[in-house]
Amino acid sequence: MLSGLTEPDVIAERFPIQSFHDFRSRMVEVSEQVTIRRKNRGTPLAAEARKRRNVLNKEAREDVAVWLGHTMLRRAHTETAFRERIVAFWADHFTAMGKRGVIRRGTSPYIEDAIRPFIAGKFEELLTEAVTHPLMVDYLDQRVSIGPNSQRAERIGENRKVGLNENLARELLELHTLGVDGPYSQTDVTELAELLTGLTFDARNGMKFQKRLAEPGAETVLGVTYSETANLDTVRSVLADLARHPATARHIATKLAVHFGSDTPDPALIDAMEAAFIAHDGALMPVYEALLSHPSVWTRELSNIKPPIDFMSSAIRALAVPPAAFADREQRWIRRIFMQPLFNMGQRWETPSGPDGWAEEDPEWITPQGLALRVTWAMAFPGELVDPLPDPRDFVDHALGDFATEPVRFAAAAAETRSEAIGLVLMSPAFQRR
Amino acid sequence: MPSSVSRRDFLARTGLIGCSLAASPLLTPVSFAAAPWDTRFVVIILRGGMDGLDVVRPYGDPAFRALRRNMSPGPEGGALDLDGYFALHPSLAPLMPMWDAGQLSFVHAVSTPYRDKRSHFDGQDLLEAGTTSMAGVRDGWLNRMLQAVPGVTSQTAFALGHSDMRLVQGSAEVANWSPDADLDISPQAVRLLELVTESDPALHAALAEAQVLSQVSGGDTEQLKGEHLEIAQFAAARLSEDARIAAFSLNGWDTHAGQERHLDRALTRLAETLVTLRGKMRGNTWSKTAVVAMTEFGRTARQNGTRGTDHGTGGLMVLAGGAIKGGQVFGQWPGLGDGDLYQQRDLMPTGDVRAHAAWIMRGLTGLDRSVLEGAVFPGVDMGGDPGLLL
Repeated sequence: MLSGLTEPDVIAERFPIQSFHDFRSRMVEVSEQVTIRRKNRGTPLAAEARKRRNVLNKEAREDVAVWLGHTMLRRAHTETAFRERIVAFWADHFTAMGKRGVIRRGTSPYIEDAIRPFIAGKFEELLTEAVTHPLMVDYLDQRVSIGPNSQRAERIGENRKVGLNENLARELLELHTLGVDGPYSQTDVTELAELLTGLTFDARNGMKFQKRLAEPGAETVLGVTYSETANLDTVRSVLADLARHPATARHIATKLAVHFGSDTPDPALIDAMEAAFIAHDGALMPVYEALLSHPSVWTRELSNIKPPIDFMSSAIRALAVPPAAFADREQRWIRRIFMQPLFNMGQRWETPSGPDGWAEEDPEWITPQGLALRVTWAMAFPGELVDPLPDPRDFVDHALGDFATEPVRFAAAAAETRSEAIGLVLMSPAFQRR
Repeated sequence: MPSSVSRRDFLARTGLIGCSLAASPLLTPVSFAAAPWDTRFVVIILRGGMDGLDVVRPYGDPAFRALRRNMSPGPEGGALDLDGYFALHPSLAPLMPMWDAGQLSFVHAVSTPYRDKRSHFDGQDLLEAGTTSMAGVRDGWLNRMLQAVPGVTSQTAFALGHSDMRLVQGSAEVANWSPDADLDISPQAVRLLELVTESDPALHAALAEAQVLSQVSGGDTEQLKGEHLEIAQFAAARLSEDARIAAFSLNGWDTHAGQERHLDRALTRLAETLVTLRGKMRGNTWSKTAVVAMTEFGRTARQNGTRGTDHGTGGLMVLAGGAIKGGQVFGQWPGLGDGDLYQQRDLMPTGDVRAHAAWIMRGLTGLDRSVLEGAVFPGVDMGGDPGLLL
């Protein structure tokens, strides 16, 4: 199950998603058009630039739909299912999204560049890639956090106030590393925010460090005083220390146990992963090994409800929806089949309501409105994805395997229509939970 | 199995999906009876930390201008003067008729007991739990209030929207619903769905509730643009009948940068929500209504470097409705001068949001002070009556 993680990522090649590195050229082009427009107001040149910018934005919106389809197809056709699940886990742990303009469409490319290649390495690398990524820097306002005594602040002077923004520093401690119960204070947050000043990005070059934004002087975070040299190495060294902190090991182990186990995981599972994290200096493969070799994740009892995205992607996998079903589809189709239903079910595509990502707790998803929408989806849309629909009586075994029960078999045979029968199988507890 | 299924013609029996009458109070005969009180209570959770200092601007405080150098102007910059000291954010202009009619007021410088870590998620948990710490707390204060009053049914309280709210979690029955989720499937499919999910009590109960709510949610609805408007319309319709309580969230208050634009959007949604509630409630229900909007914390008194504000402490409650004593800014103003701020950065909280919510619930339902201080908000000191209601 784990060995696939270190083998070539064939499914990603088969269903490609643009890398953020390439995505950036869209950001460059959009900003060029904005500049042309600004410099030539009222002229045909400006009108042309506006048109071009709108086209670029539209293309990016359409590509988001394509990437959604490819994400679903990867999950449906992969032979290394754990990779897709762990990528989704870390993408959620490091939730980020662009704030305005074309970068808002860059989430899948961010996951492709900053998360996916690093899932089998050390937590420190993953942390560094995610936290210093332009999308995170944009999302958590790091780009606009400027040392109050930096060269930039001095130059701008008193009239236009610039200064610190602690958003990234706080979430880095609370969400990405130590956890909210971790041993940090407001002073640590502020010091870390000062240390992070200078970390920024531009569309052409991606992530970069600008000394003139950095707060001068050495900062002390969790009792460690870091170099007063403001550069990326100093940022990296605080990230390395946070990645290795015992509170981080505990926090990550607990999150994994809740995600892959249940809302109330076996404490021994948490302990085992925490120990592996610490013993291997944050190397993730041994942590996954501790997870997958633990008896509590292999009980026959299904526990966690699948969130809407996972419900849909596992339906696509069970229905063996062929890649051709997604080919040449208009954005409107993806919107109708996936985006709007996801939005209504409370899981708007790549847009959790905050940097803490999606809820893990079952009650968050087992709501009357959420389940009613699942029923509607399960009965209405499979027919648009596979034609003809499979025989529901066979589909029970195919979709549920050992977990097929008599009531589900009966329902699959007794439903009035094939699409209702398929929907009933997809709504069975054995399919809704994992 | 098939024979046992054919015997359970529960559609004929109840007209509703559901297998266990004992386990599902939804199906008991009293389920559409009215609650034993007649007033209406709406709780809105403003998620993200609303900047109370920008919404109700203390322009009369001599220290305010220095903290907000190029943000939050007073009446000279377009804010709407309330009382010569505070001025309202211009995006709430649609609420001025309510203010003038005595149906809108505010409580300034209030907070939950949450301090110092300034996490949204913990802050919201504590706001909704209504306790002083989260240790061992699973339910929310609005649910505990429902536990304390007699005659509550499945149609008494509604939690609306796409996500679950801790505020209403607990042993008292609360209907969770979103107006766009109506279940429209064949009777045979309903019957089989009940069979398929029977082994899973949580799924089964939620689907049974969905079936009931799909039936009540139709009717005289108008197509509105925006989830908040649909929710407000649905809430107004339910509250005009048997429902007594509605709760939902409005998001988008976390204004670290570019606050002017982001706060405008969030306030516009809040204003539209309140105007829709008032406009769509039938008969004299609005005159018996108290709406309370509360947030997990306020924001830094001083603007940050990005024309925004960071997570703070003391915040603002918004009160609306015909049962509210409107046209006032309540609360004990702590001042913004040197030494007045909490940790030299945030508005000092001088009141507890829970005490104010408790007084409102006491006024609306007649609940005993001892119950409010002991069970609903354990350990809170309600203090003297702030006179928030008429």
